[in-house]
Amino acid sequence: MKSTKPSAVRRLLSGNEAIALGAWEAGVRYAAAYPGTPSTEILPALAQYAGVRAEWAANEKVALDAAVGASFAGARALAVMKHVGVNVASDSLMTLSYTGVGAGLVLVSADDPGAFSSQNEQDNRHYARFGKFPCLEPADSQEAKDFTRFAFELSEQFDTPVMLRPTTRISHSKGAVEVRMPAEVRESSPLPPFERKPRKYVMIPAYARLRHPEVEARLRALGEYAENCSLNRPAWGDRRIGVISNGVAYQYAREVFTGFSFLKLGMTYPLPAGLIRDFASQVETLVVVEELDPFIEEYVRTLGLEVIGKGFFPATGELSLALVRQGATQAGLPIQHPTSNLQPPTSSIAIPPRPPALCPGCPHRSVYFNLRKLKLLVAGDIGCYAIGVLPPFDEMDMLISMGASIGMAHGARQAGCPEKIVATIGDSTFFHAGLPELANTIYNRGVVCTMILDNGTTAMTGGQDNPATGVTLQGETTQAIDIESIVRAMGVEHLWVVDALDVKGIEQALKEAIAVEGQPTVIVVNGACVFTPHFRRRPVVVADPQVCNGCGFCFRVGCPAILKSDEVGAKTKRPKALIDPLLCTGCTVCLQVCPRKAIYQR
Amino acid sequence: MNKKTTNFLFVGVGGQGVLTASDIVAEVGLEAGYDAKKSEVHGFSQRGGGVESHVRWGEEVAAPLAEKGTVDYLIATELLEAARWIEWARPGGAVLINHQRILPMSVTVGDAVYPSDEDILAAVRARTDDVLVVEGLATAERLGNPRLANTVLLGVLSTRLDVPVDAWLTVIERRVPPRHVEKNHQAFQEGRRITGGD
Repeated sequence: MKSTKPSAVRRLLSGNEAIALGAWEAGVRYAAAYPGTPSTEILPALAQYAGVRAEWAANEKVALDAAVGASFAGARALAVMKHVGVNVASDSLMTLSYTGVGAGLVLVSADDPGAFSSQNEQDNRHYARFGKFPCLEPADSQEAKDFTRFAFELSEQFDTPVMLRPTTRISHSKGAVEVRMPAEVRESSPLPPFERKPRKYVMIPAYARLRHPEVEARLRALGEYAENCSLNRPAWGDRRIGVISNGVAYQYAREVFTGFSFLKLGMTYPLPAGLIRDFASQVETLVVVEELDPFIEEYVRTLGLEVIGKGFFPATGELSLALVRQGATQAGLPIQHPTSNLQPPTSSIAIPPRPPALCPGCPHRSVYFNLRKLKLLVAGDIGCYAIGVLPPFDEMDMLISMGASIGMAHGARQAGCPEKIVATIGDSTFFHAGLPELANTIYNRGVVCTMILDNGTTAMTGGQDNPATGVTLQGETTQAIDIESIVRAMGVEHLWVVDALDVKGIEQALKEAIAVEGQPTVIVVNGACVFTPHFRRRPVVVADPQVCNGCGFCFRVGCPAILKSDEVGAKTKRPKALIDPLLCTGCTVCLQVCPRKAIYQR
Repeated sequence: MNKKTTNFLFVGVGGQGVLTASDIVAEVGLEAGYDAKKSEVHGFSQRGGGVESHVRWGEEVAAPLAEKGTVDYLIATELLEAARWIEWARPGGAVLINHQRILPMSVTVGDAVYPSDEDILAAVRARTDDVLVVEGLATAERLGNPRLANTVLLGVLSTRLDVPVDAWLTVIERRVPPRHVEKNHQAFQEGRRITGGD
């Protein structure tokens, strides 16, 4: 590495940008991820740095597997995913703990307390204990960068995968980070030849049994290391209260418990028994403030220490200054500004909720409009189309995890569910976990109708490329895998390919597919997400107030561009439609469903 | 320089540019020598739903989000959202509202009713007297691009803060595409005039 004289500047970086920078500074050569909120922005940030190969993987397990290969080959490697993605990757992760690493390997698990954009709010620190590897938790952007660098060192020092666990409020908060400019110029050196170590890297039962004692020994060594780890630091103040805290919870705690003593934990697995005992012995009242599960608290209790914790601070949802203050007040702790009983004046007006909605021009709109019209049971999947469960569609009956739509629909039907079920799944989700589910239903003589909604991007997370789009994360042109060909190659005889903006065409395909008895059917719906470059805006539509009678049919397509006019229909006494020209994209779905032809294209 | 923590909360609707506006304020804070943090939420909640973003300036900022009832500047890019978030403002805090209504799906498809401007402002004023409704959208449209509305709001906001105008102009220049810099600077200055700033 060549280095010019660095001058530090303070830049505002998100936790995700800081993790990318830290990984680059650590000399990471290979990184892979599946997009998932709140982790998504890490890889695009890293992909811009020279000397790094950064890729969108088909799913989180593939991302981790690729990082494992890179690590075994001697390159520092990063695998990035959201908390539930680790469930997908966990098959490899648990055994990676046995093999250990070649060059440093860091797994970023971005957790989502509050489930802002997730199907659950699981606490992935349990994976660190389950798999017996270290867990680091940054508390701001600066630490996100520093801890990432540190994680690679730790990984190599102890021959272990290391989990870095930011949460939504770390990943998506911005804070000042010391950035050295100009940054080092990296010269890419070729990797040395692969070092063959089958007893370490080939986990047949005989070798796995040999590795297990190594895992236990490593955990003991890490436990001792944690006692003096620079990431775990006591800060002494008023010793009436001693607060143990981690991650963003630490930031809330240090505002609420101003002036008191702190044990700030940056490494939350394995936990330092001696350090905690020593801290506890020097304070009157011990408090643990952590988000989600009582992970630290339960450990502290196993040490025989009394502690104030989840009895006062919630184990569900994210924490906040208010919740920490409220908990401290209820626990009777002598904080400076306890929560007062005075409630702030509440506004007297009813404020309508603003739930998420499909965007104007969204290709999913016509699909859920038709599913609703035909009153079909729907097994949904992870993506923007989950909005199909909300009004005006109210058209989704189950949703649990990536790819599960097809399997759930299959099982329900095989078990004897008398109603026909349609599985709806997006293109990226199909490649993530839908392929084996479709193979399964075909193999088992299933009768599910699968709708693959190909909008040409991974939309919910902000529009990332995937195996169907023909472009890589670093911008190269690549093979766009054709979904229709895959379905045909799997032997599906009943296949329809329809245009997402052809409302009648989708209805027709659905009716035909549902009429098929005893065989699986697939409908591929093609329509570009409005955020993709291949989306074409068309002339906006207008609703003619002379013709519109306020029947309200167009409101059932749930388009944010269709507003209620102040004018009401003479007979219906209901508001006429008014189309917002700034929001309308000219998709014509409303025009197609209008029974009076009151909507026309300009 | 006043080093006490200053809390901003930006609220609006997905697609309105709330996150960019709050980014600019966070960077201005850093530019002016404060420690600054901001927090926002991405993903599912952004799809046409409400968007909120916190910014805090101070000597040393710990939490990236302010506490309910302590926001010094509530900046709403949409009317209804001002009413929704008003309890986050501290009593007497400043509320800047862009005069624009965006109907939520609950109003379009359901029985929910979008309150009148008068009702919304009454609810907001129950919390604080310092309320300013800015014709941000109208001003932006006059300048030729409705997307400049937030920059007009930032111009208004800047007159309330003890930070050199140059810091604002520098950050705006850094944050918008080169061909839009001049219009954004213009929109910012229009905003400064709305409250009689220089």
